[in-house]
Amino acid sequence: MIVAEPKPVKEILEMVQDSKKVLTIGCKGCVTVCNVGGAKEVGVLASTIRIARKKLGIPIEVDEFLLERQCDPEYIDEVKEIIGQYDSVISIACGVGPQFLSERYPETRIFPGVNTQFMGGAVEHGVWSERCAGCGQCVIHLFGGVCPIARCSKSLLNGPCGGSDHGKCEISKDVDCVWDIIVRKMMEQDRMDELLEFKPPKSWTTARDGGPRKMIREELVK
Amino acid sequence: MSEYKSGSNLEKVLKAGHFAFTGECGPPTGANVEHLREKAGHLKGCVDAVNVTDNQTAVVRMSSWAASLILLQDGIEPNFQMVCRDRNRLAIQSDILGVSSHGIRNMLCLSGDHQKFGNHPEAKNVFDIDSTQLIYTVKTMRDEGKFLNGQDVDVPPKLFIGAASNPFAEPFDFRVHRLAKKIAAGADFIQTQCIYNMDRFRRFMKMAVDMGLHEKCYILAGVTPMKSVGMARYMGKSVPGMDVPDSLIKRLKGAGKGKVAEEGIKYALEQIEEFREMEGVAGVHLMAIEWEHKVPEIAERAGMLPRPVV
Amino acid sequence: MKKVLPENVKVIQVPCTGRIEILHLLKPFEEGADGVYVAGCQGDSCQYMEGISKASKRVAHVKKVLQEIDIDPERIEVFELSASRGGRFVDVAYEMTERLEALGPIL
Repeated sequence: MIVAEPKPVKEILEMVQDSKKVLTIGCKGCVTVCNVGGAKEVGVLASTIRIARKKLGIPIEVDEFLLERQCDPEYIDEVKEIIGQYDSVISIACGVGPQFLSERYPETRIFPGVNTQFMGGAVEHGVWSERCAGCGQCVIHLFGGVCPIARCSKSLLNGPCGGSDHGKCEISKDVDCVWDIIVRKMMEQDRMDELLEFKPPKSWTTARDGGPRKMIREELVK
Repeated sequence: MSEYKSGSNLEKVLKAGHFAFTGECGPPTGANVEHLREKAGHLKGCVDAVNVTDNQTAVVRMSSWAASLILLQDGIEPNFQMVCRDRNRLAIQSDILGVSSHGIRNMLCLSGDHQKFGNHPEAKNVFDIDSTQLIYTVKTMRDEGKFLNGQDVDVPPKLFIGAASNPFAEPFDFRVHRLAKKIAAGADFIQTQCIYNMDRFRRFMKMAVDMGLHEKCYILAGVTPMKSVGMARYMGKSVPGMDVPDSLIKRLKGAGKGKVAEEGIKYALEQIEEFREMEGVAGVHLMAIEWEHKVPEIAERAGMLPRPVV
Repeated sequence: MKKVLPENVKVIQVPCTGRIEILHLLKPFEEGADGVYVAGCQGDSCQYMEGISKASKRVAHVKKVLQEIDIDPERIEVFELSASRGGRFVDVAYEMTERLEALGPIL
């Protein structure tokens, strides 16, 4: 899923400093799963803003709302009757949410309440780790089911580099060297010959480097 | 001479069967031509080629190609280095043509330290291609006269292709295979990471020789003399992929105050002596970083002088 | 030994401190409280095993939130008590009220 982290409260307070009435909208999708944008987090953010503004002596009205998702126009539509009454809106969905809201409600100031980071999954309770960089040309099966584009700091296809240090990446002891994982896995699976095959330069045209992307399902388009 | 791939001095020395001796020089953190000339000047005549680093440890310095050109103008053969961290394949192929057109004839192909280490950690990561793919790129341009997209290079570059090898990184068993992969991609010569654990290196070389890699590619052993106990400890702990045995640290400590640097040089000289006799080792790459003025003395004491003229 | 709780302490009972959510810790501040504290089992004898440790983590989180909005993090605290020691329950209430008196009102 898409993993995000909350923006510092100070940053959000600065965003709404001129607002007297704000709507905080959460999302039941990915951000609920990684505990940054669901029902609970909407409540906590709204409460935090109220407390902070109370202390500053500039009270603010913060309302709370939760959408099924913020990446489908049908759900974005659900706030159309109420959105006009707010000075600004904070969306704590991933980066898609505030943009969809902005497009649909161009007169309203929409602020992003989280910093969207990566596509990944939970590796332990409360810890999410990056797994996919959305390169548009998935070849993890060539690397023992592991992605070197997303998980190698240098996106090497013929790794490891000389900085691999006891299974950890040179950039930090908290980051696994994915090539160490790939090599060990494939050596264990007796796939040395595949490891030694030269991987030619990647085409980045299907990645973000090629420009903003669209995915179309012809059979669904009206 | 068509028998040479590039005609560089390093290539000629190695091909003639001499034990090669290369050095290193880092460009300045400014357009400080004087300082560069002074540093490189120490190495003149003592080594067959001088590595010119490329934004080493992701710290911005005068570009390797520019510094290499200055060395060339001073009659010193450069070993131009290029990392994959800062350039995409367009800039890479373009620079390959650029350096070759100026008479630079050696090129070392490296991944490059991650920018997190350096002085511009906010920079965008390039890594469009990796070091093995870079080796392949130079080889394709030189031997097939083609760019990566298959189009013709109107005049192919002439470069002796180098790569780095770290025999000490994990997993150890895979390291020699990674070396084989780089050689298969087109590496003509290899310089290893600096060696302190001789035992481990002997094992590595044995594997390399068993695979016949020394016949396909010239392997140069990396040597960096330890200047102090602090340096030995730092390198062992903080530099990725470095293996510094406790016995060496002990030896340096035992040398006594003021005598550690000399002990470090003695160790390096012993290493060079052994490398000369070690099967599969075609030369030594001496990295006396910020100690360039010591190179003539080390070269002399190691019996490396005079350098052969081919 | 004091036997009566201070007048300005409002007690909210929960079956286990592990059930206290971050929002429950923030709401009192919204409503005008000068401080909040959680009193629960001791770590090694927690009735529901992990209740107090969860509560402690949430209190730590709220301390950070308060800091970010320029409110002294000392205004929230967690105390581990043995259920049998009623005296300590009252002592802790005084400890907290004294701390808050020293800090003064938020507004």
